[in-house]
Amino acid sequence: MTNKLEKLPKDSFERITIDSTQAEKISKPSLSFWQDAWLRIRKNKAAIVSMFILIFIVFMTFAGPFMVKHDPEAVKVSHANLPPKVPGLEKLGIFDGVGKLGSKTVNLYELKKIDTYYWFGTDSLGRDLFSRLWKGTQISLLIAFVAAFIDVVVGVIYGGISGYYGGRTDDIMQRIVEVLIGIPTLVIVILMIMMMDSGIWSIIIAISITGWIGMSRIVRGQVLKYKNQEFVLAARTLGASDRRIIGKHLLPNLMAIIIVNMMFTIPTAIFFEAFLSFIGLGLQAPKASLGTLINDGYKFISYQPYMLFFPAFVLSLLMIAFNLIGDGLRDALDPKMKD
Amino acid sequence: MEKIIEVKDLELSFHTFAGEVKAIRGVSFEVFKGETLAIVGESGSGKSVTTKSIMRLLPESSTEFKNGQVLFGGRDLLKISEREMQKVRGKDISMIFQDPMTSLNPTMKIGKQIMEPLLKHQKLNKSDAWKKSVELLGLVGMPQPEMRMKQFPHQFSGGQRQRIVIAVALACNPKLLIADEPTTALDVTIQAQILELMKDLQKKIDTSIIFITHDLGVVANVADRVAVMYGGQIVEVGTVDEIFYNPQHPYTWGLLSSMPSLDATEDKLYAIPGTPPDLLAPPKGDAFALRSEYALKIDLEEMPPLFKVSETHYAATWLLHPDAPQVDPPAPVMERMKSFPGSRYYEGNAGGAK
Amino acid sequence: MAKYITKRVVYMFISLFLIASLTFVLMKLLPGSPLASAEKLSIEQREVIYEKYGLNDPIPVQYIRYMGNLAKGDFGISFQYKNADVMTLILKKLEYSVILGAQAIVFGTVIGIVLGMIAALKQNTIWDYGSTIIAILGISIPSFVFAVLLQFIFAVELEWFDVGLWNGWKSSILPSIALAMGPIAIAARFIRTEMIEVLGTDYILLAKAKGANWFEIAFKHAFRNALIPLITVLGPLAAGLLTGSLVVEQIFAIPGIGEQFVKSINSNDYAIIMGTTMFFSVFLIVIILIVDILYGIIDPRIRLSGGSK
Repeated sequence: MTNKLEKLPKDSFERITIDSTQAEKISKPSLSFWQDAWLRIRKNKAAIVSMFILIFIVFMTFAGPFMVKHDPEAVKVSHANLPPKVPGLEKLGIFDGVGKLGSKTVNLYELKKIDTYYWFGTDSLGRDLFSRLWKGTQISLLIAFVAAFIDVVVGVIYGGISGYYGGRTDDIMQRIVEVLIGIPTLVIVILMIMMMDSGIWSIIIAISITGWIGMSRIVRGQVLKYKNQEFVLAARTLGASDRRIIGKHLLPNLMAIIIVNMMFTIPTAIFFEAFLSFIGLGLQAPKASLGTLINDGYKFISYQPYMLFFPAFVLSLLMIAFNLIGDGLRDALDPKMKD
Repeated sequence: MEKIIEVKDLELSFHTFAGEVKAIRGVSFEVFKGETLAIVGESGSGKSVTTKSIMRLLPESSTEFKNGQVLFGGRDLLKISEREMQKVRGKDISMIFQDPMTSLNPTMKIGKQIMEPLLKHQKLNKSDAWKKSVELLGLVGMPQPEMRMKQFPHQFSGGQRQRIVIAVALACNPKLLIADEPTTALDVTIQAQILELMKDLQKKIDTSIIFITHDLGVVANVADRVAVMYGGQIVEVGTVDEIFYNPQHPYTWGLLSSMPSLDATEDKLYAIPGTPPDLLAPPKGDAFALRSEYALKIDLEEMPPLFKVSETHYAATWLLHPDAPQVDPPAPVMERMKSFPGSRYYEGNAGGAK
Repeated sequence: MAKYITKRVVYMFISLFLIASLTFVLMKLLPGSPLASAEKLSIEQREVIYEKYGLNDPIPVQYIRYMGNLAKGDFGISFQYKNADVMTLILKKLEYSVILGAQAIVFGTVIGIVLGMIAALKQNTIWDYGSTIIAILGISIPSFVFAVLLQFIFAVELEWFDVGLWNGWKSSILPSIALAMGPIAIAARFIRTEMIEVLGTDYILLAKAKGANWFEIAFKHAFRNALIPLITVLGPLAAGLLTGSLVVEQIFAIPGIGEQFVKSINSNDYAIIMGTTMFFSVFLIVIILIVDILYGIIDPRIRLSGGSK
């Protein structure tokens, strides 16, 4: 092999000096934790699509009731039990106002001589289901967000104090949690609801009364893990105050797990609201939520299945979207997943 | 000497989200019967990947063999079917992994884990396999083997578990044993015991060993020959004396200089500057040039071939080209070379290495 | 271990004590006393009943008696069903709910495990995506939506099943499937994650290095290790099933505990509500306790060796 090599020009064997600091150069651009997470979640198509669906639903909960001229709570018995009718689509043979009357299939709009359009139909009291659906979704989302927010605040504070101060404080606080965690959520939610008058706030309180426990346990676990790590010990050695350690060193490390858990708390809250309304412990008419709408629709399933399908569809879509976003965030924020 | 295994021009890439990682870039070596070949190098140099590719244990979905052969018993292991390969694994070639704490199945009694290859490859019946396993456990120095066969991995210490893993590996008297950093995860005192055990067993069953490590102290202890890997290539290969007392590649110099020794006069440890090359975009010429103070112009242009130093000793550095300038290795390395007959710094009489 | 179990049992009783006290307070606070439906009674008759149920005693005495009765398994008397005692009512309805729950959990976990195994072994193939989609749907969509959909498709439209009446085992098929969706999804996701993690461990690599084939690796080595942690989700799974059964039984008109519970809520039969609540609490707390103890017994082996990461 040396034969071939001798053809190499002599000067190629000159010694050169290489700045060895060059070799230390980091070729990848440095990304902050959140930039990195954003890059990751952007690759997760399901999460991105879910985010758009969620934005659309939230937008509709505000815009929807104004898109039609019917009031979501106005009763108009003469317009009761109308099937969906949408201008344009009606010519295609769907959403054309045809529904069942007894055992016959007829166009109920023509029969009742109604010339207005109810896009998603009306319920047994003649309330417009389109505006009711979005109004109801709005209330369901409101309940879920507020409940999740309370869970996060209480859970983080409780878990944080318990984990950070440790010792006796932790002991007592954890004994309380261990007793509370034994009480089934279903049981406590039902008992709380029965104690209070039904309304948005009773539902929120009932859902959050045990909801924070999960969050507090996770936060406590994380605080325990981080508080003895070298970077916190180093900060303490340098004389950082508790406030600074919590604010600057612990909280940023907890943010990811808090956000991910909140993402899973929201669909749980949506579910419980719908569940309570379905078994008759939720909101009372004329107020609507996804749960009450599904409950109303269920009663008429044989004759007016659309009454059930629209709210059930929106509820399912919301649950799926939140779960997929939660999954996506968990994957994106989990440092273990880094390559 | 009889060649047990021969790896020829092995080239291999991983397909990752970031792109194609050229993990192995043309590796050739052979292992002779009864010898121990040590492969040394930094993390990420490709030493583990090389041996896992011999066993074909790399994830199939992301691994691409680009070129090369692994010749074993007259066959190319890269070409045979997975079913054929399963008959080779554990029978002709077996493997020991780095962390004994995780390499045993936590929910399976260790007896069953040792018997598994015996039942599979040697077609022994259960009671014979049991007897053989007890024998093996005794062989690797486990007291009360009968009783311990019925225990679960968590009832053993790290050193004991590595003994069990060795017993599993040796169950079918393999022709080749691949030990992937078998002592790295162990305490220093246990390390010595395991190394002694391996040397001892190697003599008893006459197996060849490929020993992967980054610990040059271990290499000096166990190896007959040494291959130094860097950036997915073998940069220098030779007998243990040649590598320790007549190294030619600047990277080997760096490795030897950064080895702490008890009688070191300088109190500052040498460290090789920089980081290993990014194998997503490997450098064009000599991969080590950017970290080397002995770099030549051509190092940035062309990859050096393996130059022959002796019948057993090769090194891939342009410094060995006849046109290359003479350079002096770092002082501690030069000190060593003085005691090696055949090195250019040999000082004659002093009780050399051979 | 004995210490741990003792500790857990003590906490269990504290939790139950709290729930029982809460139900007692509620009984006293809520409108609709046992006599609400008996306003037409004369004062003498009312006195007799007050005396009979001890309602004239001071509250603390009533409280102690109530707790004593609970301990004996006496959950009080229904208002709605003339003088039927709640425990007997619950036990009478228990059969249907147990059939549904058992079918759902067996069917759900078996299908879920199969789906999860397929997804893990055929990772990133169409099988994996299919099973992931099923899992996401099962976790997201509430069981009562499934129940209503199943009823609409198979009972109302296709008329394969009767709508709204219990007619032997056949009537339990649809509600069991609706209830099983949650367990299917949870088990599938769980097994998939566990299997993928186990398949990436060193001991699987060693098993491969020993010459084990695909089947031996998947079933002899990985499956067991992936399956054991599934015990941990059995508690939440049971809670989910119970929640689901309340509405699913109502939708399919299954004469079980859940259906009666919802009926009692709508008719303000507090005795049944409180009794059933206590019953549910005991059921869930005991299940979670058993699961934890079970896992505690198996766990050290896994925690000490496998999951050091």
